[in-house]
Amino acid sequence: MYDFSIITTAIDQFLRSLMPAGLVTFLECVLIAVCVLVAYIMLAIVMIFMERKVCAAFQCRLGPMRVGFWGLLQVFSDVFKMIIKEIIDFKRTDNLLYNLAPFLVVLSSVLTFSCLPFANNLEVLDFNVGLFFIMATSSFGVLGIMLAGWSSNNKFSMIGAMRSGAQMVSYELSIGLSMLTLVALSGTLQLSEIVERQADLWFIFKGHIPAAIAFIIYLIAGNAETNRGPFDLPEAESELTAGYHTEYSGMGFGFFYVAEFMNLFIVSGIAATIFLGGWMPLHIPGLDAFNATMDYIPGIVWFLGKTFFVIWLLMWARWTFPRLRIDQVITLEWKYLMPIGLVNLLIMTLCVVMGWTF
Amino acid sequence: MSYYVLLFTMIVASFLFVGVTMIVARLISPRSFNRHKSEAYECGIPTQGNTWVQFKVGYYLFAILFLMFDIETVFLFPWASIVQEMGMNALFGISFFLFILILGLAYAWRKKALEWK
Repeated sequence: MYDFSIITTAIDQFLRSLMPAGLVTFLECVLIAVCVLVAYIMLAIVMIFMERKVCAAFQCRLGPMRVGFWGLLQVFSDVFKMIIKEIIDFKRTDNLLYNLAPFLVVLSSVLTFSCLPFANNLEVLDFNVGLFFIMATSSFGVLGIMLAGWSSNNKFSMIGAMRSGAQMVSYELSIGLSMLTLVALSGTLQLSEIVERQADLWFIFKGHIPAAIAFIIYLIAGNAETNRGPFDLPEAESELTAGYHTEYSGMGFGFFYVAEFMNLFIVSGIAATIFLGGWMPLHIPGLDAFNATMDYIPGIVWFLGKTFFVIWLLMWARWTFPRLRIDQVITLEWKYLMPIGLVNLLIMTLCVVMGWTF
Repeated sequence: MSYYVLLFTMIVASFLFVGVTMIVARLISPRSFNRHKSEAYECGIPTQGNTWVQFKVGYYLFAILFLMFDIETVFLFPWASIVQEMGMNALFGISFFLFILILGLAYAWRKKALEWK
């Protein structure tokens, strides 16, 4: 397996031979921040393009085709257009909170994004309470959305933010419970350690039925958490124009849009990490030749492949199901997903304690 | 390098990212003034009444329920990470804790707090 720390230690030693230690630390921090942000933007652009193409395919259209070959430059031109759009200052908004909201939304998704293990030793934040940290940082994205809706002084924004708050807060429980189910199976919260422990078999196969139930609950709750799919009532365009970001123009809107897509990437990335083995290649106990062959495919290809597979599943759900009503959303979470999640956690614990796992 | 340094780096980086992009966008974007432009966008009709009013209590109820169960999740995380070492004791211990919580959920269900009215 490819170990990414060879490259990072080489860069570290090269820098150390040139300048004092304090400067090296500073330079490395800048380098890491730039790398993460570039990856963040590039993945967002890829995902926006993918969303438009997948949506078009489901509706028997071609999608963007004019700008660049096969429409490949369309999203770049959209981003450029968004930067040169006028930012309108409104008369009756709460200006401080109105300008603070995009910061919070992006902060939450950047912090969560930098926790994902992309390949062997290719991760920025690897806390020993990793999953817990992810729960904590992803939960203040909802704060940004509530602030955006409240400070805009617009009824559409307000209703959208309230719906979004109720929905994201409710579905966070199911996300937490299905993560807990997998933590009970893995016995650790550190993301790199979780991936290491899937070296013989991925957790979705190791935990068989309870893990599969947790995976399905996680996908439904993740779709609701990112305000997409059948759960897009916070920004239901036919009733609320654009929901909580109605009053944002230009780049302010752009950040909400990017953060929403990156939240989808993060939800899928976590699903790929804790259920489908992260960057760990597919290993089947007993088939040594097969396992050795699979190791030739780099970890980052495995990780991105699994992540985009989960993203595709969520996009499929989004463009297939009609939008739910708010009472249906609440009922689905509190009367079905959460009780099932709790019972599933107990079943998983029983399986782990009795040794009924593969 | 300590992870706290990296965490601090990422917080500063994301703030700089948004801040710098917003400033650049403000510098290069065109400007025009119009009396109606700075009004709230509610489909072109002048806005009626105040937006910051008392809101439906249902949202608040679910926020309270969420608090209860989210703190439960916080308590369950350390437990879940040592289930394998504790064995059967972990299951018995936590089923008592979960029983009390499910009692709370059943109470809310019975009182029709989970219904959206």
